[in-house]
Amino acid sequence: MKLITAIIKPFKLDEVKATLEHAGVTGITVSEASGYGRQRGHTEVYRGAEYRIDLVPKVRLELVVRDEVVDDVIDRIVEAAHTDRIGDGKIWVTSLDDVIRVRTGERGIDAI
Amino acid sequence: MPQTFSGDTAWVLASTALVLLMTPGLAFFYGGMVRAKSVINMMLMSMSAIGIVTVLWVAYGYSLAFTDSGSKWIGKIAPSHLGSLVNDLANNGAKLAIPVLVFSAFQLMFAVITPALISGSIADRTKFVSWVVFVAIWVTVVYFPVAHWVFYFGNASADGKTITGAGWLAGLGVEDFAGGTAVHINAGAAALAMALLLGRRVGFRKEPMRPHSIPLVMIGAGLLWFGWFGFNAGSALSANGLAGLAFMNTQVATAAALAGWLIVERLRDGHATGLGAASGAVAGLVAITPACAFVTPTGSVFIGLIAGAICAYAVGLKYRFNFDDSLDVVGVHLVGGIVGTLSIGFFGAKAVNSVGLNGLFYGGDLTLLRLQATGAFAVLAFSFVMTLIIGKLIDLTLGLRIDRDAEVEGIDSTEHAETAYELDTRTGGGIFASASSKEA
Repeated sequence: MKLITAIIKPFKLDEVKATLEHAGVTGITVSEASGYGRQRGHTEVYRGAEYRIDLVPKVRLELVVRDEVVDDVIDRIVEAAHTDRIGDGKIWVTSLDDVIRVRTGERGIDAI
Repeated sequence: MPQTFSGDTAWVLASTALVLLMTPGLAFFYGGMVRAKSVINMMLMSMSAIGIVTVLWVAYGYSLAFTDSGSKWIGKIAPSHLGSLVNDLANNGAKLAIPVLVFSAFQLMFAVITPALISGSIADRTKFVSWVVFVAIWVTVVYFPVAHWVFYFGNASADGKTITGAGWLAGLGVEDFAGGTAVHINAGAAALAMALLLGRRVGFRKEPMRPHSIPLVMIGAGLLWFGWFGFNAGSALSANGLAGLAFMNTQVATAAALAGWLIVERLRDGHATGLGAASGAVAGLVAITPACAFVTPTGSVFIGLIAGAICAYAVGLKYRFNFDDSLDVVGVHLVGGIVGTLSIGFFGAKAVNSVGLNGLFYGGDLTLLRLQATGAFAVLAFSFVMTLIIGKLIDLTLGLRIDRDAEVEGIDSTEHAETAYELDTRTGGGIFASASSKEA
C-alpha cells in the first residue's frame, strides 16, 4: 500500500480527478496548500511596486492505493496536471504500514 | 426680494447627496487596498469623518468657512446659527439663488471628505482615538480657513454692484472651481506630514503589502466617479451650462487619466492592472476638479492624460524617499491636485467661462499660471506646516501610533475588536455574552 501525495495547480484538479476515476481509485483527499519550488513563486506589480509572491496557491491531493496501480496512477496525474510551465507541481510516494476503515474496522488492503 | 430658483436648488440638493456618497466610496477604495487585517480601521477612518465633521459644521464650521468677518483669512468665529438662516438665500458673490441651508449642506460634504482623504497615508498603524481628535482639530484650524480662502466669494451690496469680503485666494483670482487646492492639495500635503510623523509600517518594503481586494477598490472608484459629478458639476451651484461643462470635463479627464495610467503601466511594467485603472480614474478626477469649469473638453483630454501618466510615476516617490504614504495620497491627491491647479494656467479658456482668464495655450500670458502657482503653494505650505504641528501635539499627548505587536496582529482586532471577514469557519468558541448584560 502506498500513499501518493500530489501537489498540482488548482485549475488542474478537475482533469486529475476525472482521470483518477478511470484508474479505479476509490477515494481522494483534497486540500488547499501554498508553497514554492525551484521557481520561488512569481511577481506581481501594484502601482509600480514589484512584490515577490513566493507562496503560490496549490492543491494537495492525497490518495491511498494498492502497490500494483501506483505507476498507472502516477502516469495519469502527470499527464493530466502537466502544462509544461513552471509550477506544475510534484508527486511523491510513501509506503504505508496499515490503513483502517473507521466505520467497519477493516484493515490493510480491504480498507482502501 | 431675491428669488429662489427651484431647478438650481434641486440640482444642488442632488449634488449634495452625490458628494456625500464619495466618502463611503473612498472607504471602499482605500479599504480594498489594505491587507485583510486592517480593512475595518481603514473604512472607519473615512466613515468617522462624516460623524465628526457634520457635528462641527453645524456648531461652528459653516460660520468659520462661509461668513464675512471682514477678514479674508477666516469667517466669523461664532456658532453657525443655521436655524436662523432657514429662509435666507445664499449670497456667495451674488451669484446664487439657492437657500443658505442647501449651500451649507453641499459645502459640508466637501469638509467631510477632505480629512477622510488624509487617512490613506496612515493605514494600518494609527490609534483610532488619535485619528478622531486629529480630524476635529484639523478641519477646524486647516480646512475651514482654507475653504474660506478658496470658496468664499464675499457678499454683494444691496444693489448687487459691489462685492466685499471675499476670501484671500478667491479675491486674488486664483481659479479653483471645486477644490483642487482646498480639498486635494490640502489633504495631500496633510497626508505627507502625517506619514512623516507616524513613520513606516512594520515590514514596509520588506514584506508584500498587497491590496487584499481589487474588486473593493473598483467599487470605491466607481462610487467616487459617480459622486464626483456632484462635486464638480454641483459646484456651479446652478443647473446651467457651466454645470454641464463641468460635468462633461469631469467625464473626459477621468477617462483620459484612466487610459494614461494604463499606458504607463503597460509600457513600464508589462501589464495593465485593475488597481492601475482605478488609480488612474481617481487621479483624473482629482486633476480636473479645479479646472472643470475653466477649460474645454479637448483641454480636459490632455489634463487627464497628463495627470494619469504623472501620477502613475508619482506613486513611486515614496520608495525613492522612503516614507510610507501607504495608499499614495501624496502621489494621487497632492500631485494630481497640483497638476490640475497648474493646468488651468495652460488650458484656461475664457471662451467657455467669461469669469476665468486665458491660459498660455489659449492666448493668455503668465498671469494666470502665476496665480495658480500661488494658490497651490499657499495651501500646500499652510496645510503641511499646520498638520505637522497638530500631529506632533497629538503624538506628545495621546500618541499617534498603536504598538508594534498590535500592528503586526492587525489593527482591526486590536483597535476595534472586529474582523472584516470570517475566512476560517473553524474558529470555535461558543461562550456568548451580551455586552450590555455583562456585569462584574
